[in-house]
Amino acid sequence: MNKYPAWKYVLIIGALIVAFLYTVPNLFGESPAVQVSGLRTNKVDAGLQTRVADVLKTANLSNEGVELQGETLRVKFKNADTQFKGRDAIQAALGEGYVAALFNLSNSPAWLTKINALPMYLGLDLRGGVHFLMQVDMKAAIDKAVDRYLGESRALLRDKKIFYSGISRDGNNVVLRFKERAEADKARKELNAQFADLAIRDTNQGEEVVITLTMKPETVFKLQEAALQQNITALRKRVNELGVSEPIVQQQGLDRILIQLAGVTDPTRAKDVIGRTATLEFRMVAEEHAAGGRSFEQFRNEPAPFNTEKMIGSSGEVVIVRKQVIVTGDKVTDAQPGFDTQQGNRPNVTVRLDGAGGRAMTLATRENVGKNMAVILIEKGKPEVLSWPTIQSELGATFQITGISSSLEAKNLALLMRAGALAAPMEIIEERTIGPSLGAENIEKGKNSLLFGFALITIFMVIYYSLFGVVSVVSLAANLLFLIALLSMLQATLTLPGIAAIALTLGMAIDANVLINERIREELRNGMSPQMAIQAGYERALDTIIDSNITTLIAGLALLIWGSGPVRGFAVVHCLGILTSIFSAVMVSRGIVNVIYGGKKKITMLSIGNVKWAKAAKA
Amino acid sequence: MEFFKFKKSIPFMKHALWFNVISFLTFLLAIFFLWKNGLHLSIEFTGGAVMEVKYAQAVEPDKIRTTLDSAGITGAEVIKFGSAQDILVRLPLPTAANQTQNNAMEALKGRVMTALNAADKSAELKRMEFVGSAVGKELAYDGSLALLAVCIGIMIYLAIRFEWRFAVATIIANLHDVIIILGFFAFFQWEFSLPVLAAVLAILGYSVNESVVVFDRARENFRKMRKATTPEIFDAAITGTISRTIITHGTTQMMVIAMLILGGPTLHYFALALTIGICFGIYSSVLVACPIANYLGVSREDFVKPVKKDGEPEVISAQP
Repeated sequence: MNKYPAWKYVLIIGALIVAFLYTVPNLFGESPAVQVSGLRTNKVDAGLQTRVADVLKTANLSNEGVELQGETLRVKFKNADTQFKGRDAIQAALGEGYVAALFNLSNSPAWLTKINALPMYLGLDLRGGVHFLMQVDMKAAIDKAVDRYLGESRALLRDKKIFYSGISRDGNNVVLRFKERAEADKARKELNAQFADLAIRDTNQGEEVVITLTMKPETVFKLQEAALQQNITALRKRVNELGVSEPIVQQQGLDRILIQLAGVTDPTRAKDVIGRTATLEFRMVAEEHAAGGRSFEQFRNEPAPFNTEKMIGSSGEVVIVRKQVIVTGDKVTDAQPGFDTQQGNRPNVTVRLDGAGGRAMTLATRENVGKNMAVILIEKGKPEVLSWPTIQSELGATFQITGISSSLEAKNLALLMRAGALAAPMEIIEERTIGPSLGAENIEKGKNSLLFGFALITIFMVIYYSLFGVVSVVSLAANLLFLIALLSMLQATLTLPGIAAIALTLGMAIDANVLINERIREELRNGMSPQMAIQAGYERALDTIIDSNITTLIAGLALLIWGSGPVRGFAVVHCLGILTSIFSAVMVSRGIVNVIYGGKKKITMLSIGNVKWAKAAKA
Repeated sequence: MEFFKFKKSIPFMKHALWFNVISFLTFLLAIFFLWKNGLHLSIEFTGGAVMEVKYAQAVEPDKIRTTLDSAGITGAEVIKFGSAQDILVRLPLPTAANQTQNNAMEALKGRVMTALNAADKSAELKRMEFVGSAVGKELAYDGSLALLAVCIGIMIYLAIRFEWRFAVATIIANLHDVIIILGFFAFFQWEFSLPVLAAVLAILGYSVNESVVVFDRARENFRKMRKATTPEIFDAAITGTISRTIITHGTTQMMVIAMLILGGPTLHYFALALTIGICFGIYSSVLVACPIANYLGVSREDFVKPVKKDGEPEVISAQP
């Protein structure tokens, strides 16, 4: 008795080996490094790799090689000083198309990284950085949409020559009034065809027929979803320019966006970039200055002519545009890449403007068919001409930009046009800045309390339960190993409350071993043979262990569901810890006990501390 | 080594009334302080800002308060944070007339740092947190929802595992712990933050376990000790499990003490809530839950009926 079948030992040892492999990367520490990534269309390739290596060589900065990883270059340095100098040298050499960012690279060997054994992902409170929670103003997004529907339905009725007596906005509804039933019916048919996503109903009010357009709940939902996604896209693009190695920009709840930038210590600059509204403008190209076989190139080193501006196009060409703006980017409601089926499937971008934008566009293009219009993106006060297509016909609220060379370019242009303006205004509702030294202190404090607590428990358990105490402590150590391995594997974010949860979970996990040991003692006192006592002790304690873990797990899950921020970090570790502790307290410790006592036929005593007093009392 | 050697049952239930009076008084006191002082909620719940500032040498919070006052910044709360060189400045949410809350906060932060730097150049901002008013309300709501979910979840589990009287007794005993922890935080005006809330809920799930152990043993005793009265059965159950109750809580407390001493200011109140929870957990889950179960009228019939077939052989073997 008290022998495990071989497969159980294999399972335990296997689990320990895997846990060890995934825990090891946490022990290697990190080196200062610089990450280089390309902005927009600038590519990171082998050519850039040699260029960066040369830059570092001429600057005489010792490094541990330039590595090409996916779409980024990574350079590891010996110390923070060369890291800073290296970053500056690389940034200066590569210019604005690239971003060189400081970050820390794990020192664990490459083969560990290959099996995805990475160190735990540290939260901002442990590594320093800034955290923003942005609230997206969904009311404004809906407002904008209702205005657009208002404009579009007015344009539709005018277009189809349907007579209406009034059109207005009532809350989030568009209200159309008609004098005659026949006109209303015609309008209704047209509206139904154009707006599948609206609920349309008509009522008689006195003499008039009133048609009300209301957004369906799913349309509102879709609109909010799209607004949130577009804002996230815009924010990602902006955050990329901050040169942060692993920025987090993600949705939180229905109308919030979380931004975490590790390593950034100046929230003001981060806010400047995040809060910036890149603007998009449509302007006419000043063709008269390129007439007669001359090109805009003549102005490369000359000032721009009167009432115009000199800008640079996406492939470096000079474009002279007029100062008057036709339409700004906030009028763009959508831009989608697609293909022009009529002209041999060439890539294009379909742009949708709101009512006001559409009217302005119609007015401006009516007189200028055959001329060029520039699409300009202004960021940080610097304009760039994304594209300057020729106007084929009078444009309305929806038009196409054609003549785009590749579908990738169409996709990028559409993205830039969409991302240029935010779908809905945002406000920062939560902000945290944690200095990097504070992060290191927090790690140190968490680690120290964990080790100190572990030591206290070890001393107590060994004195109180002798050899069984040693077994308990070994299985507790295995639990710690499993927990860290699991956290590393899942790449769950470890925060200071998370470290506290590791400590607390270990403190609670030793519970199971105390239960088992107490039960074995009790069975011995009741006169059971040592082998029987081990068997009975483990079996009877199991019920209680499961009870205790289930109630703790209920609390842990509630925290996971309703907790946010620091509480969630705590809850994740707590729940995982409960699961690993059942395995290690029951399986691992039993395995060790079986190895020690299982083989022996006759044992007169178990090394589990004093149990004799009970026997003496009976005798 | 062995701490607890009881040869006879300790007559806990004879003194049950006393225990209940003590609990009831502590409970009333806790409610009183919660009502009178209220909880000192962290900015996570109230909205506002905190700034952690480090100085090169030891500083007096009072002096900093005067510095801020003379710079026209009112309502700031200044406390020491961990060491003598670190201070924490808590600022209420500024009233934003024609700008966003965040911009108003940013301006206020600038004024605070200018004032502090003017008084002492070594002042360095280490951490800054800003929470808008909407977030705080949600957190308080979610927190109470989580507490409710834990209570319901545990009651359902216990009602299935034992029966409703035990479930009710356990949840009353443990909620009484929660109120007492909150009472401590209200009395001493310790800061009640999100990690403290996590600690309270974690300890709730943890100490319920003690009641489970005692009730488990009581159920066993109901089957074994046929002639004993209900109080005698509870006495035997408590005496039989007290050793492991104290040892398991003791080992958990060792970890918590480590956090209390070495965990730094961020983990301090978290560990403090756990400590109070663990100490009262031992007491209440045993000495409050058992009498309540007794008053609710738990009897042998509730257990012996459905398990008669299993119970029989044990009684026979116990006879000689």
